[in-house]
Amino acid sequence: MKDTPLSNCERDFLLKAIEEKKRLDGRQTYDYRKIKITFGTDYGCCFVDLGKTRVMAQVSCELVAPKENRPNEGIMFFNIELSPMASPAFEQGRQSELSVKLNRQLERCLRNSKCIDTESLCVVSGEKVWQIRVDVHMLNHDGNLMDAASIAAITALCHFRRPDVGIQGDEVTVYSPEERDPIPLSIYHMPISVSFSFFQQGTYLLVDPCEREERVMDGLLMIAMNKHREICSIQSSGGIMLLKDQVMRCSKIASVKVSEITELISKALDNDKKARKAGGRCGFAESIPQERITALKMDETPVEMMDVTDRANDIVQKAEAPPQTVPSPVVPAPGVGQVGQGLQNTWGLEEQEESDNSGEEQEEIKTQMKEKKDENRGGDVVEISDSEEEEVVILHPEAPDKLPKNTGSGSHQKGAATTKKRQKK
Amino acid sequence: MQLSTIPPRSYVISKSPSAAKQMTSSTLDRLLFLHGGGVMEVCGSSSVTLREFGCEQSLLSRPDGSASFIQGDTSVLAGVYGPAEVKVSKEIYDRATLEVLIQPKVGLPSVRERSQEQCVRETCEASLLLSLHPRSSLTLILQVLHDDGSLLSCFLNAACMALMDAGLPMSCLFCGVTCAIDTDGQIITDPTAAQEKESRALMTFAIDSTERRVLMSSTKGSFSVHELQQCIAVSQKASEKIFQFYRDSVRRRYSKTL
Repeated sequence: MKDTPLSNCERDFLLKAIEEKKRLDGRQTYDYRKIKITFGTDYGCCFVDLGKTRVMAQVSCELVAPKENRPNEGIMFFNIELSPMASPAFEQGRQSELSVKLNRQLERCLRNSKCIDTESLCVVSGEKVWQIRVDVHMLNHDGNLMDAASIAAITALCHFRRPDVGIQGDEVTVYSPEERDPIPLSIYHMPISVSFSFFQQGTYLLVDPCEREERVMDGLLMIAMNKHREICSIQSSGGIMLLKDQVMRCSKIASVKVSEITELISKALDNDKKARKAGGRCGFAESIPQERITALKMDETPVEMMDVTDRANDIVQKAEAPPQTVPSPVVPAPGVGQVGQGLQNTWGLEEQEESDNSGEEQEEIKTQMKEKKDENRGGDVVEISDSEEEEVVILHPEAPDKLPKNTGSGSHQKGAATTKKRQKK
Repeated sequence: MQLSTIPPRSYVISKSPSAAKQMTSSTLDRLLFLHGGGVMEVCGSSSVTLREFGCEQSLLSRPDGSASFIQGDTSVLAGVYGPAEVKVSKEIYDRATLEVLIQPKVGLPSVRERSQEQCVRETCEASLLLSLHPRSSLTLILQVLHDDGSLLSCFLNAACMALMDAGLPMSCLFCGVTCAIDTDGQIITDPTAAQEKESRALMTFAIDSTERRVLMSSTKGSFSVHELQQCIAVSQKASEKIFQFYRDSVRRRYSKTL
């Protein structure tokens, strides 16, 4: 399904509004949309709402063999899934340009910045390391997917706990969460991506563009930064030329935004930790807003079981007994079961009908050709010695298929050929 | 319903001490009946409950209809696009093409997801009036948010709520109910993942709202005809609760006129 194109008047309206320092949703130039972070029931699952943009990240782990050139480092794997749910323009199972770009940017932001201690993920050097996999699912696309994805990914990584492992000699045992408390990953810093969009060849700048703004923008600058004001990655796309002070200004704005977001993340993580410690129910089920008119919840309900048994009995008794047509299998020798060969053939009729119905010339020609072959062989059989006949017997299964009715399993090939001829004429 | 492959007289007879205990404390709904000399124990009422369930509709801005459905800890997010333009290769001249996509939480969709997609698609096709939108496409995307058992029934419920939210014409509503039969022969409705693992058989039915008929069934494990019929009867009973929930949530949603 294609995306709805943006009309020219919409485009003009948006650009004109930006020139007048106004945004469609009433934000100021440097404002972020509302960010909401919620966690799933299991560890390492995180939902981020950035305005209407919605992203889910799930972290999982697996024991694998390490890369040969890095025998004592764990492996990080990122996968951004542009689910068709987010936008009708996204297709499933196709690596679009956007998904490659986002994947690469997330890798640069989180893997290449070395924010996660990969050496602590080593179990047995050169043999077993943890592979941490981060799946980011886009659920609703309303612009600025990258920022939402980076927040979701790093929050999920902070929230994730991997199972504890014990090593006795050569044996590696993975303990379940009941046996030993799972271990959090060691994270040095939290890089967060901040996007800036430029309009009119860099004259106007907006933070956190929404989907409409992304469509009319000229260029995009993504800065990944941590709260220590260290730039982890910087990427400019869209082909605009930026001045040095523009980039400097952006990095200053980014540092403010990143410190705000980092605080929000740590607060969310704290809240979740407290909720889990208190033993309260946490997770997606609890995040349903009760006050909203579109949401409803129902408590555990028992199902009435009064007449279930009677009804089941009734149906079973009323039902007709299944037809007992299953033929007993032929056992030619002890220990051998056989189906099909040597039994009454019920397939011949149908096949005959089929070939009759399909009046295609090609098929007819084919069958005729076969007949001729059969004729020849039939002739041969009459004239030539026994050894030849044996060869013919091997071809035999071809013939009975075309019989109109079963002439018995022992029907000889010569007979088959003749009946066929008759029947065709 | 075709049930011809299973011999009709292979009831499970339980003579376990737990069954005896339940006999003494038998209440009205713990029915026991005799068959072929053995005592057959019928599901105690304790396990026949639906976990708490909830739903939120139109929570996503991009899709034409969206819903999240929660059963206990299992939760699914559904989004519907359509009726919209269809690819020429997928075009059907007299009805809409329905595409169902299931996104697992980790990794790419596999064979399991494909078979679940098929189950959901066939149920939706049975209830949607697709001939009203010829040569157009409907896309239903289901995203697993958490799997704690009864996932397929949660998919079905979320799909129905999302289709309702999208305002697509349907001949009836449908809902999904999962039943598990544990090793003692007890029926558990809406099982959790742990209960599913310990169960002997697992069945999911899609049930329509008009006549409570079975639209789709997906089963795993071995069971007798009688158990199957019981599970269907239980599912039909449970479906009434879910349909009541649908009704309540729609009533709540349209309680305010805009």
